[in-house]
Amino acid sequence: MKCQQCDKTATFHITELAGGKPVELHLCEEHARAYLTQGEEESTGAPSLAGVLAKQLAVGQTAEELARLDQQSCPVCGITFYEFRNQGRLGCPHDYECFSKQLEPLLLNIHGETTHVGKCPKHGAEGTGRQTELIRLRREMKDAIAGEDYERASQLRDEIKQIEQELGS
Amino acid sequence: MDLTDLTQRSGEWLKGSGPDSDIVMSSRIRLARNLADHSFISKATDADRAEIERELRQRVTEINDGEMFYVDVSQLPGLDRQFLVERQLISREHAESHGARGVAIDRGEQVSLMINEEDHLRIQVLHSGFDLAEAWKQIDAIDDALEEKVRYAFNSKLGYLTACPTNVGTGLRVSVMLHLPALGITRQIEKVFRSLHKISLAVRGLYGEGSQAMGDFYQVSNQITLGKSEPELIKQVGDVVPVLIDYERRAREFLMRESHENLHDRVSRAYGILSTAQTISSEETMHLLSSVRMGINLGLIQEISMPTINALFIRTQPAHLQKIRGTELSTADRNIERASFLRHHLSKDGGGSKN
Repeated sequence: MKCQQCDKTATFHITELAGGKPVELHLCEEHARAYLTQGEEESTGAPSLAGVLAKQLAVGQTAEELARLDQQSCPVCGITFYEFRNQGRLGCPHDYECFSKQLEPLLLNIHGETTHVGKCPKHGAEGTGRQTELIRLRREMKDAIAGEDYERASQLRDEIKQIEQELGS
Repeated sequence: MDLTDLTQRSGEWLKGSGPDSDIVMSSRIRLARNLADHSFISKATDADRAEIERELRQRVTEINDGEMFYVDVSQLPGLDRQFLVERQLISREHAESHGARGVAIDRGEQVSLMINEEDHLRIQVLHSGFDLAEAWKQIDAIDDALEEKVRYAFNSKLGYLTACPTNVGTGLRVSVMLHLPALGITRQIEKVFRSLHKISLAVRGLYGEGSQAMGDFYQVSNQITLGKSEPELIKQVGDVVPVLIDYERRAREFLMRESHENLHDRVSRAYGILSTAQTISSEETMHLLSSVRMGINLGLIQEISMPTINALFIRTQPAHLQKIRGTELSTADRNIERASFLRHHLSKDGGGSKN
């Protein structure tokens, strides 16, 4: 039997039981590995993120609205919502705030809830604004170095050092 | 301790001890955590990764009174990385990723802390048998200890913030690995899984072969991580496990009663092939060991001990075989080596119970 994705012999015969109805796959070693490693945790976990994203796209938003949302980017790490949709991974903790409007229906689809009720760090209430600031400054410094603006880079480096000292890290 | 020392032991998940260990192989809990002052991995530069690794490495090696063994995964040869995957101490994703990353492991192989996996930190506790309560107590304490030293990415509405929104909230994944050969033989397994899916639990076979998971091992885990507390999520999985154990035991009783000869034949043939084959794939080995394991549980095979069989499941895996042999082997040579290893450990004078 040939691999369903190339001309090699299928040596792996996989039955996917996670999706309700069992699906049989016949793959060569290489494709089987790719299949099995794609989001190893996710397939044991929530309904696949890609599925939920696709579902979300199918309802509600118009193409223009979507294009506009897609272009929005995080001021801290620079990721766009479009990038997130493609890779399924967020860029930094601040994304949960700046994309909250887009993420809320997504979270509802995945978890059926949008509010955490479990464990909290003992010093969690103070917020992590200064830490988020560090992520942004480090990115700006990297960009400044890339743009050969060394004066700006050294200013940023001092700012970063100062915050790091304040936070004792 | 180095990795070679581990080849002499079965590892926690295949030790085959603990509550209900005839059916439940292991209970695993993992927590996903990120540092508040760094980008998630997808946006982290090499320098960020190195910095995250440096900071977390120091923290994770301090826990357990410093009795942790740290492995710099980025410096490890491919074979050793695969070896850690086979022992379930790191994920395949972690093994095959790139850049600064590592894992801290305790001597009993119950605790592993992966740095720079999908999240900055993945804490895992793995216990043999059905033992979620103890596993939670242990991982909760480790998480508390780390939290005193590092600032996690957290917000009061969404909880612990993770790279993938499927893990946000508690960052908790509870997985129980079950050995369900009789449900496979009686073709009830798919029905069982469909009903689990309806109550938002996920089921996944350990690799696959035909309609049966490799070695008839199945992992049941929670799908959601947000909106329920950790004890509630653990209870959701914990409540369903006794039901599955009961189904499997009843299926075994049914087979013993209604088709005793067929079952005995199946088990004996599996044993026969394993103890005489000259070349054998790891897939076939898993499949046959599964029958033998059930045969021992049902008293159909008496001359081999359960620890011997459990050890063979892990020690016949590709990377384990090569580590034990001390050399890299091609697939064909591995199959010959595996058959020889099995013959040695299953033959009557080979001292099967020695290992």
